[in-house]
Amino acid sequence: MKSILFTLAAIGLLGLTSASAQLLSSTSAQTSFFSETPLENIVANNTKVKAVLNPANNQVAVRMEMAEFQFPNKLMQEHFNENYIESEKFPTASFQGTINEKIDWSKPGTYPVTAKGTLDIHGVKQPRTLTGTLTIEASRILLTTDFTVQPAAHHIQIPTLMIVKIAEQIKVTNKVEFNRKS
Amino acid sequence: MKSVLFLTLLIGGPVFAQDDLLSKLDGPATTRPVSATFKSTRLLNGQSVETVKAHHLDFRISHRFDRINKGAEELFGLDYATVRLGLDYGISDRFMIGVGRSSIEKNVDAYLKYKVLQQTQGARRFPFTLTAFGSVAIDTRTPNQGARFRDFQDRTFYTGQLLIARKFSERLSLQVAPTVLQPVSSTEAGTGSKVSNETRGALGVGGRFKLTKRLSVNAEYYAVTPEKNGGADRETFNPLSLGLDIETGGHVFQLIFTNSFGMIEKQFLTQTGGILGGRWEKGDIHFGFSVTRTFSFKKQSTQP
Repeated sequence: MKSILFTLAAIGLLGLTSASAQLLSSTSAQTSFFSETPLENIVANNTKVKAVLNPANNQVAVRMEMAEFQFPNKLMQEHFNENYIESEKFPTASFQGTINEKIDWSKPGTYPVTAKGTLDIHGVKQPRTLTGTLTIEASRILLTTDFTVQPAAHHIQIPTLMIVKIAEQIKVTNKVEFNRKS
Repeated sequence: MKSVLFLTLLIGGPVFAQDDLLSKLDGPATTRPVSATFKSTRLLNGQSVETVKAHHLDFRISHRFDRINKGAEELFGLDYATVRLGLDYGISDRFMIGVGRSSIEKNVDAYLKYKVLQQTQGARRFPFTLTAFGSVAIDTRTPNQGARFRDFQDRTFYTGQLLIARKFSERLSLQVAPTVLQPVSSTEAGTGSKVSNETRGALGVGGRFKLTKRLSVNAEYYAVTPEKNGGADRETFNPLSLGLDIETGGHVFQLIFTNSFGMIEKQFLTQTGGILGGRWEKGDIHFGFSVTRTFSFKKQSTQP
């Protein structure tokens, strides 16, 4: 009896380790955001985004350092970090969720997907369902998503003077490439 | 017992895995520069450790009005003003050049500023930022009315400075600035009185305290070594300045109350006082402001 338990436990642990061994990860995913208003367009790009995908249970997690967002205008970058996103207090933003669709990870192709999870920006967590595209190839898996973020929903304060220059809906695009190495 | 174990394996396992997925992204801590020790390249009258970023141009308009103790008839000094117009450009994120022209003495100044060491946070911490500054100021007046120059050298004045600052917290940054002042002329232009071309030193201390994200209080004081052969008629004082930095998007407004009239090192370090008084306690205080507009000439980053 005891030995059966041990065996079960051992199998369970093996399962866990093998599951974790299958994790796909990337440290060079890209996230960009755009704020468009008639007065000013703001664009920033982060190419050091970290992402991890667990094909075994469809879970996906993405995290980025806010200070790594590069703006063409460095004054904007300083204001983004100092005044809006407060990257000293809230250094990272993340999304953790599960892809809703059943995916055959071994079958190459392009699939529309949705992922339900939690978006954490500026220390404020919001339940979100993000839509994106999953491209499965033999050597890599590509995951892209486009969504919008409302600064107000994440308690990012925009002074009255700047309201005309910063969009209420910030467009965010993400692109992750996971290399499948066997 | 068995069922408990099964439950642990079935529920506990996946729950553990879910919570853990984000932590899979924990990498080694990175080192990041500490940004925005000050809002501007100037603390008040003097320089700050900040430089203009690569391919950015700052247009800076500064005014100093007459003394507040001139009273209501002179609108507390606002009837008369001096101006300095300046352009500051970032060659790289650490190296900048600047030029300016002051209405006082029709001085043209040019300077270089290089951020030698950068305060960092994260994995490798470095405690302060060190910036080196060097400038030359040239008096461009036509020789007359006692503005006498034997040659071009007589018009020039050099300043060398090390700026050392630390951002202690989001709100508080402090700076010290050992300074060397080197007039070339042996004749004081303007007054015509004889002064030596001795090298003088100065030590600046200052800092800022942020009241809100876009508003900070700044203070700055320079102790200047006394002039050995200075005449009694031109008693000078150490410059003390208090002010506010107000940031609105692409502009920084700096409001200043100071006992000095000039806006470049030569003027506020060696010419504070004289006929303008220069005594804070007697109300020889000049109100002034600077407006800085930043333009970016950096190409838009390519999108993925």
